[in-house]
Amino acid sequence: MAKKFQVVIDRERCKGCELCRSFCPKQLIEMDTQVNAKGYCPAKMTRSDECVGCTSCALVCPDCAIEIFAEEE
Amino acid sequence: MKPVFTVTKGMLPVSTSYCPGCTHGVAHRLIMETLDEMGLLGKALGVAPIGCSVVAHQFMNVDMCEAAHGRAPAVASGIRRVHPDKVVFTYQGDGDLASIGMGEIVHAAARGEKFSTFFINNGIYGMTGGQMAPTTLIGQRSTTSVDGRTREQAGMPLKISELLATLDGPAYIERVALDSPAHIRAAKKAIRKAFEVQLAGLGFSFVEILSTCPTNWGLTPPKAMEWLRENMIAYYPLGVYKDAEVK
Ligand SMILES: Cc1ncc(C[n+]2csc(CCOP(=O)(O)OP(=O)(O)O)c2C)c(N)n1
Ligand code: SF4
Ligand code: SF4
Ligand code: SF4
Ligand SMILES: [Mg+2]
Repeated sequence: MAKKFQVVIDRERCKGCELCRSFCPKQLIEMDTQVNAKGYCPAKMTRSDECVGCTSCALVCPDCAIEIFAEEE
Repeated sequence: MKPVFTVTKGMLPVSTSYCPGCTHGVAHRLIMETLDEMGLLGKALGVAPIGCSVVAHQFMNVDMCEAAHGRAPAVASGIRRVHPDKVVFTYQGDGDLASIGMGEIVHAAARGEKFSTFFINNGIYGMTGGQMAPTTLIGQRSTTSVDGRTREQAGMPLKISELLATLDGPAYIERVALDSPAHIRAAKKAIRKAFEVQLAGLGFSFVEILSTCPTNWGLTPPKAMEWLRENMIAYYPLGVYKDAEVK
């Protein structure tokens, strides 16, 4: 079975820039319609089970809002 | 769960003042991740510029001081000479480094001062509202080149890495870009190399980081990444311009 990953997005640190969304090769990230305290529509993860753990989303995030964890074998 | 990507303790847990999607945040993180991984957070001393990143010391978890506009290389030269045990770096925009601070960076590089400079080239004066910089591209619009920069009026954009590479002082010069995950990984390797060159006492090290300013370019952050890739990299080729071997 393929390894499972968990992408944790800090919705209060996020500025809704959409870079993570545009660079996810699997198009797993969407923007929320509910604004955060800063007034931005933050990124939110969908279909976590399809994440390949490539870290592209976290690499392009200018606001340190994304952390990624892998399920232990 | 096993961590695959976690936020470095080199970045303070605060919200930055940068616009959404501005790559200043990415550049900050890469420098801090590198110092963290090299175990140098407690040994580093940064010099912040004038520009949007004037407040870098509020986000980077290392000792920092502030220099007058363009003067970070002069301040860093002094700090590194009195504190040879420290790892010293400057973080400077293109208005700061390539306009008002051109004299300071050229002479610090020529003297082979043993600090590292991270040069954030976003082709514009971000902080003051989008005026033309020496690095603004031909045809690029800014508030002081409303129909696009022309060669006749402003000359050609300055290629700082190439210019500094003509000097004997610098030990390492590389130009990288922050427009994609692959380029961001490569940028981090260059930042590490710059610090390694400094630790080895080989001389001045310089990394030019092609960056975006979505706000003053008038583009969404993803479109700004595309614009950087298609326009800036074409005029500012990525690569190593000077390389001393770290033994
Ligand atoms: C002596 C002096 N001259 C001019 C200014 C106005 N000023 C502030 S920031 C800046 C340029 C910033 O551009 P850049 O270095 O490219 O940084 P960015 O904001 O794009 O990151 C200028 C001209 C100043 N603060 N001090
Ligand atoms: S780790 Fe890769 S696949 Fe998973 S959400 Fe981020 S960009 Fe998408
Ligand atoms: S890249 Fe970071 S700040 Fe931008 S939308 Fe994604 S999580 Fe938010
Ligand atoms: S004005 Fe430009 S350089 Fe300054 S924070 Fe905003 S996007 Fe970044
Ligand atoms: Mg600039």
